[in-house]
Amino acid sequence: MKRTSLSGLLMTGALLSSVLSASVLLAPGVMAQGATSSDAAGKDWSTPAGSMNSQRFSTLNQITDQNVGKLQVAWTFSTGVLRGHEGAPLVIGNVMYVHAPFPNTVFALDLDHDGKILWKYEPKQDPNVIPVMCCDTVNRGVAYGDGKIFLHQADTTLVALDAKTGKVAWTVKTDDPAKGATGTDAPLVVKDKVYVGVSGGEFGVRGWFAAYSVADGKQVWRGWSMGPDSDTLIQPGKTMNLGKPVAADSSTATWQGDQWKIGGGDTWGWKSYDPKTNLIFYGSGNPSTWNPKQRPGDNKYSMTIWARDADTGSVKWVYQMTPHDEWDYDGVNEMVLTDQEFDGKPRHLLVHFDRNGFGYTLDRDTGELLVAQKYDPAVNWASKVDMDPKSATYGRPQVLPQYSTEHNGEDTNSTNICPAALGTKDEQPSAFSPRTGLFYVPTNHVCMDYEPFRVSYTAGQPYVGATLSMYPPKGETNMGNFIAWDATKGKIVWSLPEQFSVWSGALATAGNVVFYGTLEGYLKAVDAKTGKLLYKFKTPSGIIGNVMTYEHGGHQYVAVLSGVGGWAGIGLAAGLTDPHAGLGAVGGYAALNQYTSLGGALTVFALPQN
Amino acid sequence: MTKCARIFIVACMLTCLTAGLVRAEKPGDPAAVSSEDGKYADKDGNPTYKVGSDGKVDFYSYIGFVRYSANCLQCHGPDGLGSTYAPSLVDSLKNLDYSEVMAIVAGGKKDVSESQQLVMPALGENKNVMCFIDAIYVYLRGRSTGAIGRGRPAEHEPKTDAFTKAEDSCMG
Ligand code: HEC
Repeated sequence: MKRTSLSGLLMTGALLSSVLSASVLLAPGVMAQGATSSDAAGKDWSTPAGSMNSQRFSTLNQITDQNVGKLQVAWTFSTGVLRGHEGAPLVIGNVMYVHAPFPNTVFALDLDHDGKILWKYEPKQDPNVIPVMCCDTVNRGVAYGDGKIFLHQADTTLVALDAKTGKVAWTVKTDDPAKGATGTDAPLVVKDKVYVGVSGGEFGVRGWFAAYSVADGKQVWRGWSMGPDSDTLIQPGKTMNLGKPVAADSSTATWQGDQWKIGGGDTWGWKSYDPKTNLIFYGSGNPSTWNPKQRPGDNKYSMTIWARDADTGSVKWVYQMTPHDEWDYDGVNEMVLTDQEFDGKPRHLLVHFDRNGFGYTLDRDTGELLVAQKYDPAVNWASKVDMDPKSATYGRPQVLPQYSTEHNGEDTNSTNICPAALGTKDEQPSAFSPRTGLFYVPTNHVCMDYEPFRVSYTAGQPYVGATLSMYPPKGETNMGNFIAWDATKGKIVWSLPEQFSVWSGALATAGNVVFYGTLEGYLKAVDAKTGKLLYKFKTPSGIIGNVMTYEHGGHQYVAVLSGVGGWAGIGLAAGLTDPHAGLGAVGGYAALNQYTSLGGALTVFALPQN
Repeated sequence: MTKCARIFIVACMLTCLTAGLVRAEKPGDPAAVSSEDGKYADKDGNPTYKVGSDGKVDFYSYIGFVRYSANCLQCHGPDGLGSTYAPSLVDSLKNLDYSEVMAIVAGGKKDVSESQQLVMPALGENKNVMCFIDAIYVYLRGRSTGAIGRGRPAEHEPKTDAFTKAEDSCMG
């Protein structure tokens, strides 16, 4: 998407919505950040993470650590849906695009007229897709490019809407919900392609990552998470893994028989892009089933960081973080691309906070592993990741047998494993501030008991194969932390305990402020350097959405979707109990349903405007 | 619907029907009056739990906890307590009898409107559920009366050969 055509669109969009208001004058300034913004977000928030590098950093600095305490609610908007609201709206010029969970409504709101609805899109989808969406009917948002808004619907329809009118430009079916495949991810647009992945790891859906043409919805390429090289688009001898070329059919070699066909490795997380190398980065999720005994081998390439050529899908490098998963530690969390000094040298880094509790720093051009350290001290399933390139287990986690559900076997309850299956962090994305050099990471502080057992596969039916109970680490009551992390050293800089898991994506700004939401429904602002709480406001429902910011009419706004749900709403609604507290222990930990209730609302904040 | 699902539902209907006729009030007195191979039944012949004075539960209640947690928890929340996504079964089972629970699990249930999208999937074809459905019912029945507490039952009666045999033949 070139800037010229973007500005053209915005002009017409603004004209249409505001009929010759001041917005036309505003338009040129608004164009500063287009859909191809790769460094930081500015006046617009045009891509799910604000910029292609997924830093969730904004250069806006009207709201600062000095004045954020005066923040007020400017306006609100109800989506009319009472399910978990993940993701964040986009702002392009004078229009905000708000998405909702199933039925996946999309609204275009006129920022020149107090959020007047310019258009609304509501697809008709078969409600039978609802129960195949493991853990709530969430959707993580829309993408923008080529004058279109892209939405991956629950029923795996990828739809392109005319950004001005909401009219359907084209649709394409990406997978089959009858098999348990669903669409929940936010697409990413780069140049002339839109990229999407798929959900369904609890149904044995084989994951893939695909590029479609923004012009007409034609599939350009599709790379599967597992299968022969012709499916994965791995180039034997060329694709790299920890400094070594990958052998032929390296994926199928790590599965028994045909199991890779129902092997999971789904791709429902965030996507990042580096224009310097034309590489697109994302992660793959858990292998199916959750019972490790039933799928011997490393189960490649589940739990993997992927670097693919954006034009062809050809794999530049792969790194499998959790070979032969035994805990459901999906590898789908965001890949944040930063340029930082490492060991005194400027490097192109990729930073990833995995569900498995390790914060990884890699060279994103080569896939070289630089740092792998625990970002929650409670993490215990592995002692460390082997960092010795000469070792036979280089790059692999050193698993402690007592926490190995494979080692302990079927029908055995492995206890006190940290983190729990929801990970030290789930999909809720972190933010990075180039000003402080720190990452701001919403985390879970929850452990589990895990008992795997035999399951049988039926297409379209859950294929789980384990039972778990979750509870905070021994002797603690907080189920989450919001931390600042130094990815070049692999160290926590500060950590703010939160009563519940922090399930909201963070935002860092040039005003030295970091924002995040809590499951009770608070929007919080903290000092980027110290973590000091500067502001909080309780929104209508628990927050599992991501905080974003934009500028309109010369004012900076901060916005977040409320609407409790997702896995957090299911697991924490009634409160956790400690299975090891002994008979007669009552109460357990705080119950989320005593703090918040279902909702679906956007809250937009600004400084007082006189 | 596949043949397999039909068999499950028909099998259910037969038991349910007989159970339904003699039912006094839903879901009836949960006291165990008979047992066969570690599986307890109430006076109407419906599966029920047995909790000893030492807190030890019957094997079905225990395996019901395990299978509930694997197949229902992701919607109905830990320990049957409900979530933002699906109702509390601890509450529901106070007013549903065995036959109704069987019919809902096998056939599903829907309440879809503009602001609410509640869909209970039809699990009649799912062996991981249907091979253990009596156990899941027994566990939830115990949860609904308060006889079984939250979390994994600390102690349980041993697994019987009959259970293993039935599991193996059902799971195939
Ligand atoms: C994908 C989510 C999902 C799964 C998995 C699920 N349920 Fe449900 N269930 C629901 C929803 C949603 C409802 C409410 C439906 C309605 O109100 O129409 C429901 C309703 C029910 C009801 C009726 C409650 C009432 O008060 O009418 C029963 C009984 C039930 N479920 C049992 C189970 C059991 C047992 C399992 C596991 C074997 C299970 N469900 C698995 C989502 C689920």
